[in-house]
Amino acid sequence: MARATTTRRKIITTAAAWAIGFTIFFPILWTILTSFKTEAQAISDPPVFLFFDWTLENYAVVQERSNYMRFLWNSVIIAGGSTVLGVLIAVPAAWSMAFVPSRRTKDILLWMLSTKMLPAVGVLYPIYLICIELGLLDSRIALVVILMLINLPIIVWMLYTYFKEIPGEILEAARMDGASLKEEILYVLTPMAIPGIASTLLLNFILAWNEAFWTLNLTAAKAAPLTAFIASYSSPEGLFYAKLSAASTMAIAPILILGWFSQKQLVRGLTFGAVK
Amino acid sequence: MATKASRSAARMMMAPAVILLLGWMLIPLVLTLFFSFKKFLPLRGDRWENGLEWVGFENYVRFVSSSAFWPSVITTLIIVGGVLVITVCLGILLAMLLDQPMWGQGIVRILVIAPFFVMPTVSALVWKNMFMDANNGLFSHLWRLFGAEPVSWLSEASLPSIILIVSWQWLPFATLILLTAIQSLDSEQLEAAEMDGASPLARFGHIVLPHLSRAVTIVILIQTIFLLSVFAEIFVTTGGAFGSRTLTYLIFQRVLESQNVGLGSAGGVYAIILANIVAIFLMRIVGKNLDT
Amino acid sequence: MGKIELKQVTKRFGDAEVIPPLDLTIHDGEFTVFVGPSGCGKSTLLRLIAGLEDITSGHIEIDGKDATTLVPAKRGLAMVFQSYALYPHMSVRKNIAFPLKMAKMDAAEIDRRVEGAASVLNLTAYLDRRPGQLSGGQRQRVAIGRAIVREPSAFLFDEPLSNLDAALRVGMRMEISELHKKLDTTMIYVTHDQVEAMTMADKIVVLQAGVIEQVGSPLELYRAPRNTFVAGFIGSPKMNLLTGPEADKHNAHTIGIRPEHIDVVQSDGVWQGTVGVAEHLGSDTFFHIHNTGLAETMTVRAIGDVSLRHGDTIHLSPRMDEFHRFDKAGLRIA
Repeated sequence: MARATTTRRKIITTAAAWAIGFTIFFPILWTILTSFKTEAQAISDPPVFLFFDWTLENYAVVQERSNYMRFLWNSVIIAGGSTVLGVLIAVPAAWSMAFVPSRRTKDILLWMLSTKMLPAVGVLYPIYLICIELGLLDSRIALVVILMLINLPIIVWMLYTYFKEIPGEILEAARMDGASLKEEILYVLTPMAIPGIASTLLLNFILAWNEAFWTLNLTAAKAAPLTAFIASYSSPEGLFYAKLSAASTMAIAPILILGWFSQKQLVRGLTFGAVK
Repeated sequence: MATKASRSAARMMMAPAVILLLGWMLIPLVLTLFFSFKKFLPLRGDRWENGLEWVGFENYVRFVSSSAFWPSVITTLIIVGGVLVITVCLGILLAMLLDQPMWGQGIVRILVIAPFFVMPTVSALVWKNMFMDANNGLFSHLWRLFGAEPVSWLSEASLPSIILIVSWQWLPFATLILLTAIQSLDSEQLEAAEMDGASPLARFGHIVLPHLSRAVTIVILIQTIFLLSVFAEIFVTTGGAFGSRTLTYLIFQRVLESQNVGLGSAGGVYAIILANIVAIFLMRIVGKNLDT
Repeated sequence: MGKIELKQVTKRFGDAEVIPPLDLTIHDGEFTVFVGPSGCGKSTLLRLIAGLEDITSGHIEIDGKDATTLVPAKRGLAMVFQSYALYPHMSVRKNIAFPLKMAKMDAAEIDRRVEGAASVLNLTAYLDRRPGQLSGGQRQRVAIGRAIVREPSAFLFDEPLSNLDAALRVGMRMEISELHKKLDTTMIYVTHDQVEAMTMADKIVVLQAGVIEQVGSPLELYRAPRNTFVAGFIGSPKMNLLTGPEADKHNAHTIGIRPEHIDVVQSDGVWQGTVGVAEHLGSDTFFHIHNTGLAETMTVRAIGDVSLRHGDTIHLSPRMDEFHRFDKAGLRIA
């Protein structure tokens, strides 16, 4: 039974929580606001918050300078491709681990996670060389594959924890009902696990979207996603705050909007399925 | 459910993931090991198809004896440790606050989660220029407002600044996991403790904290995995200068900036060893916690 | 048709032998109940027959054909699970149609059979609901519906009533018995509840630690339990088992007498004792009696309401022809 809380206490917690929430969100809010200012207003001291001449000029300039749409498209392809590919490979593996566990299942799972600890930089040059040899440097295919491999352990782990919540009896029922393995996974397991799969897709899409080691080091122009687009603003253009803000907003907006519309799955996904 | 048929099906279905990850782990690892024993300077015309000169452990010795090595290890540990401490502590406090009844909980939650969705490059750039810049950054405006001399954060206090940026990105994750864990705490347990005469502090120490231990382990595990390879935040802000060069970054510089692949590969092997030490340590804890 | 034969079937999990070599024949159309305490291997045995677990050695024949290595789907059996195992994302209609869809039956025939099953089970009004919107009893019926549309050669039930409340359980028990009469198909039913076993079965198989203790009709088991385990397990309340001097009088190591075969008399009983707990059910009264000098506690059933209270002295007279005698190994002495 939840106890009735006094209104006064609720007011205090509300105020504290909003203040902290606002503080944490502030850098993002400030970036978005600044993107609509002129360069002069962007650096004015004291800073202006809302009462400035709103302008879209920065966006126009950024778009003109670097072709935003091309970076955006690369990001979508790389993040989307790697996540979907990863889930396709991980679903059967997670099925095995969740429903036909053996003594080694846990070891395999931990080993998979441990490959994530392999420092990327330790293997950067070999991968770099392999990409050159295969003619895949600065290609979206290479990044799709690499980001898929990087996130695969997390995808397997998340799906495994979601699948484990599904009672094995239901899959056995499907088997008794004459479903083949493929049908069992396609018609029974997958539909039942849709919320979990959605969370997994969403979270790993975001992780892949924000990945900034391989995307920065293995692309030049052709396949460069938004991480590279924004890295090109490090200097000296970074000192033009309004333009930097516009570019930043353009880089994070797709994910923020996606996050806004799929909060529930995201919150679930953000816990990596590890905590219920 | 374990018939021979289902077990062999299970092996078949696990195979692609296992083989891919095994390849992903072994092929580059073997190449890195191979290069680490060679002199390999692509800019000076070394080509691996022409064969490379075997130099034994020279790269390993040179990498460790370089004055940059130990500081980079320590920097790495400080950043990982600092971010972990900040995110776990603040995360617990924030999670407990968010668990209280309030108006607009959903919106506050979105505000708190938002930083996780921001690309590391973006967050690094925004913090570096718009907040930590000594001339026009928001912090310097604030400092001047109080009559203080603005600080150029990233050169004078580079590590705390980087820890702040990275913590800002990871606090949402820690908070959310801990919040979920707190919400799963059976309120009857707390009420029973209250009936038994436990003070709020005792209830926190004896019931809430132990209940959170699994969630804290998971936060530490997952964050460590990501934090050991923090790259973009340093690449964009200091470029490794002002004592902010982590092991990852040092190797990056050797391999890509000075194009000394042999030396960088030796460094890579060290990084792998460091990661494995941390990994073994973590896997022990997590392996124990994963069953419950 | 649905004759199932187990020949020298064994099952091991690692080093643990769950089922030692076991032979059993279940005839076509028979309602067979596997009963035993939890962990006795009855569910494992059912899963071996279903094909959800491999047998370690031996053979399983269904309708005279070797089914030992067949996958579950190919054995022509249908199963109703303890948790019902309904597909939560499908409507009742789709749940029932699922096995037919898997068998690639044409849509018109599927519809016909689903409607048929639904009307038999009173589910017609619920066909478009999801399992989550149904009560426990309705879910149970959907699970049965999903089994009957396949027209299997035998039905397997794994403790199907254990998740229902007591009142519903009695009702469903009758419905399943009714269904058996109507379909006249072999049914194998697993339960730990001997009342279910007694009321439903044509044939009861009593299991303990993977071993068949006795096979027989409910009344055979009641009248002539083969050993002390079956004697204690079948019948409610439990048979009183006595050892010592009282047993010696009958030339046995152990003697057993059911609570309903001991009469409560005014005085001059063979035995006497003190009333402990008395359970007044109206139609019967159960007395738990101490200080008889025979056993820790004895249970006696008296017809109607007998007004003896806690602490009263009670006189008992067992019916001499209702004693069961067992030897040292616990086996029945004829």
